[in-house]
Amino acid sequence: MDNDIILLGHGSGGKLSHQLLDDLIIPKLSQSLAKGQNDAALLEIGGTKLAFTTDSYVVDPIFFPGGNIGDLAVNGTVNDLAMMGARPLYLSVGFILEEGFKKSELALILSSMRSAADSAGVTIVTGDTKVVPRGKGDRIFINTSGIGVLEHGLRIDGAGGRVGDQVIVNGSIGDHGIAVLSAREGLEIDSGIKSDSAALNGLVEELLVLGEALHVLRDPTRGGVATTLKEIAIQSGVTILLDEESLPINPGVKGVCSILGLDALYVANEGKLLAFVAPERAAEALAIMQRHPLGKDAAIIGSLTESSEGRVQMKTSVGGVRGVEMLAGEQLPRIC
Amino acid sequence: MKPMNYLDQFRDKELVAGLAKRIRTLTAGLEKPLTFMEVCGTHTMAIYQFGLRTLLPPEVRLISGPGCPVCVTPNGYLDRAIALCRLPDLIITSFGDMLRVPGSSSSLMEERAKGADVRVVYSPLDAVQLAVKNPGKRVVFLGVGFETTAPTVAGSILAAQALGLDNYFVLASHKTMPQPMGILSADPELAVDGYLCPAHVSAIIGANAYRFLCEEYRVPCVVTGFEPTDVMQGVEMLVRQALAGESKVEIQYSRVVRWEGNAKAQAMLAQVFTPFDADWRGIGTLPGSGLKIAEAYAAFDAELAIPVGVEELREHPGCLCGEILKGKVSPFNCPLFGRTCTPESPVGACMVSSEGTCAAAYKYAR
Repeated sequence: MDNDIILLGHGSGGKLSHQLLDDLIIPKLSQSLAKGQNDAALLEIGGTKLAFTTDSYVVDPIFFPGGNIGDLAVNGTVNDLAMMGARPLYLSVGFILEEGFKKSELALILSSMRSAADSAGVTIVTGDTKVVPRGKGDRIFINTSGIGVLEHGLRIDGAGGRVGDQVIVNGSIGDHGIAVLSAREGLEIDSGIKSDSAALNGLVEELLVLGEALHVLRDPTRGGVATTLKEIAIQSGVTILLDEESLPINPGVKGVCSILGLDALYVANEGKLLAFVAPERAAEALAIMQRHPLGKDAAIIGSLTESSEGRVQMKTSVGGVRGVEMLAGEQLPRIC
Repeated sequence: MKPMNYLDQFRDKELVAGLAKRIRTLTAGLEKPLTFMEVCGTHTMAIYQFGLRTLLPPEVRLISGPGCPVCVTPNGYLDRAIALCRLPDLIITSFGDMLRVPGSSSSLMEERAKGADVRVVYSPLDAVQLAVKNPGKRVVFLGVGFETTAPTVAGSILAAQALGLDNYFVLASHKTMPQPMGILSADPELAVDGYLCPAHVSAIIGANAYRFLCEEYRVPCVVTGFEPTDVMQGVEMLVRQALAGESKVEIQYSRVVRWEGNAKAQAMLAQVFTPFDADWRGIGTLPGSGLKIAEAYAAFDAELAIPVGVEELREHPGCLCGEILKGKVSPFNCPLFGRTCTPESPVGACMVSSEGTCAAAYKYAR
């Protein structure tokens, strides 16, 4: 095998992505060799604690049920900041456009970006536009970077999970991936599923009242809930036991998954978060979510059972037990 | 009453628990465990995905069989597909699983990253459409699979013929059941006490196809569906037969499978394909166990119509896929499993296919 080439799987958010980061990108770029990757970097400038993050968006198709590449680019970066417990403030945006792309489509995307930014309470303050010759890009790619401020002393971190913690998700899983997939040329399934693309900073702000009881926040995007939980299990050195019956999954997502042989646990989300909360405050956390418009279908989906090297197990819907691993290879390329 | 969605009903926790209890009661105190083989890769997946082994008593052992089409496809087939994808103006179309399978020195995914036009389709008819839209290019569909997949591939050849296409081809490596089950039944090392026979393959070939296994080898056979309640009930039926010393074909999956199968699909297969002695990875060449494209449709046969030099076959040393496919070795006893052979860098096909025993064991059972 030729190990010198980049495969689509390197962008899957799963194991190959981790290998690329650990074996090449971090050793070459990082000055601190910091292990344990979080959604954003935490910085301190002049006594102010900041979170800083960047993300590129290559979703195909660019318009899909429930959103488009524009609101995705705003919400995704806002969410990465929010998952650190930061209040997102400013975004930058970079466009790479392919020669021949329609201005009218760009206008639609820009309008969605603006309204997503408005509803998330962030301002797009700087940007850049490049155009590449026809055939050298695919219509439009967007990069956004974001800065947020940490206004509390809490340490919300992927390594913060503790035995006993309850794992809560704010609603149904797999909607974004299935919505995008359903819109793909050649598939065109009428699943009725819409992307869950949404900014989660408002919900996170309400969860911050949990204080020290809020241990981990993470948005399960590429690689899905399974991959994200496995990452946290490894970072925190714990075993997570999921309860399959309590996973909120829309019937349309279940249907498409069973036709195409996908597992909703590995399908991308763009408006979901996983919160690890100390057991005594879990009911309160669930209630906070369920009162919020983005958490109506929130559910406790599992708990942290013991210290380990980082295992995820699931009690299946029929009462058996099985392991849960990270996404291997590519499941759905260009999902965000 | 909730409307039937034909999914939840077959994943009912209480039903599964009840079946598990009956199996436990029936087998309690057995000195020698009963060994049943689930022949089909989809069974293997369901058993791992729902954690069904954890519900069975130690007296019942399930081993995985050769029914994962990608897994039993020989290396040489992939090498030919890889050679084809390097030709100019040629599009390879395939179901997704084949892309990561390592051939002798490369894989289709790697070739795609290097510039080959390799596309995933969900149906061979999508590949025919691609041929219509790209008249200047040759479109080759990788026809891999059992009797469940083969009729749609036959249908794509007939569709291409009806459309008058001269740029659609199939690289066929279809396999048929139940010939390998005969070989496995005759193997004294294995001593299978019963087969969970494939669900959807049986919908095409019919349950009668398994009678010779009961008659010649005295092995119980139960045609079983893919949902958890199906598998548990199929196991219970096998246990009952084994304990009673019976060997007959039973249909658990009666909502789909008939004794005589699907005559229309069988006729289509007979029209487009001819049986031949196929090479099964790990098992060997089995008489009449594959389908090649019939002479009348030779113009659509990529192997005949598109000559290409294929690299010399190299097998991967240490890979136990062959023994695993025969149910003789569990993935956990393969020295490569989880070490040099992982889903990201698979050595053997069993680690690649979503129906592969090693892929299932790696993903669900570690």
